[in-house]
Amino acid sequence: MTKKQIQEKIAFTVLTMTMFMVVIPTLLIIGYIIYKGIGTISWEFITAMPRKGMREGGILPAIVGTIYLVMGTIILALPLGVGSAIYLTEYAKQGKVTRLIRLAIMNLAGVPSVVYGLFGLGLFVYFLNIGTSILAGALTLACLILPVVITASEEALKSVPQSYREASLALGATKLQTIQKVVLPFAMPGILTGAILGIGRAAGETAPILLTVAAFFLPRLPKSIFDQAMALPYHLYIISTQVPNMPQGIQYGTALTLLGLVSIFFMLATVIRIKFKMANRA
Amino acid sequence: MSKISVKDLNLFYGDFQALKNITLNIEEKKVTALIGPSGCGKSTFLRSLNRMNDLIDGVKIKGDLKLEEQDIYQKDVDVVALRRRVGMVFQKPNPFPKSIYENVAYGPRRYGIKTRKQLDEIVEKSLKKAALWEEVKDRLSKSALGLSGGQQQRLCIARALAMEPEVLLMDEPTSALDPIATAKIEELIVELKKEYTIVIVTHSMQQAARISDETAFFLMGEVVEVDTTQKIFTKPRDKRTEDYVTGRFG
Repeated sequence: MTKKQIQEKIAFTVLTMTMFMVVIPTLLIIGYIIYKGIGTISWEFITAMPRKGMREGGILPAIVGTIYLVMGTIILALPLGVGSAIYLTEYAKQGKVTRLIRLAIMNLAGVPSVVYGLFGLGLFVYFLNIGTSILAGALTLACLILPVVITASEEALKSVPQSYREASLALGATKLQTIQKVVLPFAMPGILTGAILGIGRAAGETAPILLTVAAFFLPRLPKSIFDQAMALPYHLYIISTQVPNMPQGIQYGTALTLLGLVSIFFMLATVIRIKFKMANRA
Repeated sequence: MSKISVKDLNLFYGDFQALKNITLNIEEKKVTALIGPSGCGKSTFLRSLNRMNDLIDGVKIKGDLKLEEQDIYQKDVDVVALRRRVGMVFQKPNPFPKSIYENVAYGPRRYGIKTRKQLDEIVEKSLKKAALWEEVKDRLSKSALGLSGGQQQRLCIARALAMEPEVLLMDEPTSALDPIATAKIEELIVELKKEYTIVIVTHSMQQAARISDETAFFLMGEVVEVDTTQKIFTKPRDKRTEDYVTGRFG
């Protein structure tokens, strides 16, 4: 073998190994949680209230709480994020101001989530007097995922060929019509990718909801968005650290349920994404 | 009769002057070809006729540009209405990723035409005018992206015609097409000039000679010479025009 061929071989081997080093832990985590948790999953576990200090029964209120939170977060963050991305890419004059705004957005993505929690507690819970509630939590989580949604939406909008915009405008369409009928449909799959990433974060975050929504133990379903609620990640934290003599199965069952729930959200978003992709090809 | 009359038009991209004192009349229901080497400003000029240059940041335009009696750069001009009167076909075929039908119906729909019957009529009429109807009438609901390049370009022409414009601007409409598709588009242009005023930018001298009635030769942002196509190609007044059309440079 020549030197170059050896270099090729080494590079290929190293790169393959790095790939496995990323994939294997992920598979191990998922596999381990399924292995330890699958035994606990039952109809009762996902549809019943917790009993005996959460050591028995189900985790329904936490599931419902997380569903409400994720939906609320997406409903708040998606229009806001897509709206600001449209403004930034389609309307704003590109220059110092937009560069500064983009920098700020990128920095926001790096702020630790517990800081968002504190911010939500201060602004939504106390100052706006919404109180510890699903609404306050969804608002806080929306702030948290906004940078992701905006950045992904901006990338998606930028990937729309300029020739489509020109064609539409040359046909006497207004700018708004062009955005509605040509730009947004084409950008939708990319925007939904941002939404999917956002869903993942919103469903999994513990610190923000700890400060703004979560109830330690609340064996009933929330009646309105102004109610406190349980949520899966916080519930998982509590039953893993705060409750003595907790059966391990319930912990892993809860983790598995959270994974499953997030997967269902992902699949929903992916189905919508594929629908738009197909429409763009048709 | 002049459909478009341009007087002392100057256009700047920031500090760079792309068009210098352009004075040019475009005759109604004739084909006017704009020729010249790359970067001479012919496309820029074309795009100032339907104000597509407005989309670019930092463009400044001075001078008179009249469509019939209307100065199209006056403040109160409705650009959307202007673009309905002055349609455009681009260099690269750019159908929307929608069905053939929806591509043609796009303009009329934005204009507010909603009934299926009216749209059906417009779509059929426009596709017939663009000599595409026979080829696509059985697959109107199929994606426009499945058409060949030449068909896509004729679809783009049909899409522009659906707005019933008075002027049709074409920016090198055949430069991305093979010779057979090019011939079809050229035939179409000759047919269309019965009803429309056509301005076409072209890199191909033969094309200008074949299809145009008037030719304007652009060089470095200026119009060197404008005359009937026959005169430009047989008895040009300017030495530079002669050099260009005989292929000595450019």
